[in-house]
Amino acid sequence: MSLPGYNFAYLDEQTKRMIRRALLKAVAIPGYQVPFASREMPLAYGWGTGGMQVTAAVIGPHDVLKVIDQGADDTTNAVSIRRFFALTAGVRTTERTAEATIIQTRHRIPETPLTAAQILVYQVPQPEPLRKLEPRETETRRMHALADYGLMHVKLYEDIARHGRITLSYDYPVLVNGRHVMAPSPIPSFDNPKMHRSPALQLFGAGREKRIYAVPPYTSVESLAFEDHPFHPWKANEACGLCGATDSYLDEVVVDDRGGRLFVCSDTDHCTTRRAAGHRGAAAGHALAGAGE
Amino acid sequence: MYVAVKGGERAIAASHAVLAEVRRGDPSVPVLGVDQIEQQLGHAVDRVMAEGALYDRTLAALAIKQAQGDLQEAAFLLRAYRTTLPRFCASLPIDTVRMTIARRISATYKDLPGGQILGPTYDYTHRLLDPTLLDDAPVPPAPRAAEPVDPAVPRVAALLDQEGLIRPERGDRDAEPPDLTRDPLTFPAARPLRLQNLARGDEGFVLAMGYSTQRGYGGSHPFAGEVRYGTVAVEIVPEELGFAIEIGDIAVTECQMVNQFAGSRTEKPQFTRGYGLAFGHSERKAMGMALVDRALMSRELGQDVTAPAQDEEFVLSHSDNVEASGFVQHLKLPHYVDFQSELELIRRLRAEVEERVAEPNREAAE
Repeated sequence: MSLPGYNFAYLDEQTKRMIRRALLKAVAIPGYQVPFASREMPLAYGWGTGGMQVTAAVIGPHDVLKVIDQGADDTTNAVSIRRFFALTAGVRTTERTAEATIIQTRHRIPETPLTAAQILVYQVPQPEPLRKLEPRETETRRMHALADYGLMHVKLYEDIARHGRITLSYDYPVLVNGRHVMAPSPIPSFDNPKMHRSPALQLFGAGREKRIYAVPPYTSVESLAFEDHPFHPWKANEACGLCGATDSYLDEVVVDDRGGRLFVCSDTDHCTTRRAAGHRGAAAGHALAGAGE
Repeated sequence: MYVAVKGGERAIAASHAVLAEVRRGDPSVPVLGVDQIEQQLGHAVDRVMAEGALYDRTLAALAIKQAQGDLQEAAFLLRAYRTTLPRFCASLPIDTVRMTIARRISATYKDLPGGQILGPTYDYTHRLLDPTLLDDAPVPPAPRAAEPVDPAVPRVAALLDQEGLIRPERGDRDAEPPDLTRDPLTFPAARPLRLQNLARGDEGFVLAMGYSTQRGYGGSHPFAGEVRYGTVAVEIVPEELGFAIEIGDIAVTECQMVNQFAGSRTEKPQFTRGYGLAFGHSERKAMGMALVDRALMSRELGQDVTAPAQDEEFVLSHSDNVEASGFVQHLKLPHYVDFQSELELIRRLRAEVEERVAEPNREAAE
């Protein structure tokens, strides 16, 4: 408790209890979207209010929190959310994936494999994987209830028929526990395989849409595909310019106005750790490595 | 670059500092008092209370000052504060028949019990900029009526009710009303939930939706049966007392639209009504709300749902400006990870298309 006038981690205990009930239900039915009475947070909807409410409901004074946005700890909104919990819960924060007990994320799963002692909290803008195909909530809920995912398979099939491949590259739908089609949040499809049978508990909060869902540890998470068109997690066909990694998701940074590009790890902790261990990329020492280096 | 830079924390702090400076403006101009906003920008305060869903004039005025007059931002500030407040009990329904009326008009009757009371309105002002307001000219006192307004003024809908010409309001008076702020909105939504949603909905959105019904998108032949504005007592029944006590007065605007309805397979020809209520003096909001409320009753009345304003999922999911403003503006957040994956995809697709285009050309050349 470190912000006078507010409860530990901002939310009052009644609200936390309500969220925990939703979380328990979500864990009991992997991939099912549980409606919950999302609160207004002192941060705008769409800026991580769902993830923040989930984090606030599960965090304790001994937790160590890491917050990333686009894989980076130092993006402005990640900084803002990390500071919010440092202020309202007084918890220790870290940028090291391995040290964190709770990791709140937007758009990435860390490269370092997670453990059973960790919770990954996703910020979710649109929890409904079928929303782009069917705008009506009454319809999509019915489709989930009946496991009627024909519409989604037709979409994927039409993609292949028209473009020769599935044209989804992020927020790529997954089938959880063989039952519910789920939006993994706008992570690149490159990250999808990390969700499969992960030892960590994965919780998803959509504040504006008022939905919570979960993937319990060691649960099957399968990216939708066809036998003759298997799922392929794409990334840029380059190595990180700073640490030389070839197996991490890369951001493309425009370095000049003459078409110059630098590819660097999106996961800043992964990159920093590798560089500390002596790995060097082709552009090692570039200003992007940060002033802290 | 605003992302991927070390020192995001310092950048945020500096941004807050410059924001405070810009908010204050030229320090040689006297600072704006919250009491001035409360007194002289009353409609702004009313709108922020309505959309912020919290009746507190001083806090609304503070929010307006803090948001530099950005009323949606101010409503958000009030909402974020509201959600932290403990909930002691629910009040009894307010009784607008016993309103202390400041203004009351009906467009359906020339005269009626309680009379037509114009009160403060812009309706008959000529919209000419008034240069006298550039100075602090004294305002002459307004004339006062010799007779006080009746303490209980019946509603127009009640007059039609006596003749059985208007569809009675159905619903269980003793049932615990649903609470939009304690339960997530689910569909189909019952009328109390719809009204709660519209009451805190964005004035512009509700207005436009109501307007669309007048232009043929789900028309409902409305008449402004009555618009009234004034103060009403709020009563609660504390458990330890067991009887009602007044805890204060709030100003509200209420609109009852009367709509002609030729009947459907399930309903007789009759008048129907749409209901609007807003904190403070907000006739535009209350009237827009009443139009949309009626449009959203189409399903219950056995009418076809064809227009946007009749579609409860469409209306109720998009009325809240705190949600809408947040999600539209979240596009300012970095999206470079998802953009990168799209970039890779577009490059691959283009390469494949170019390959396909190149092949027949090669064949033709051979």
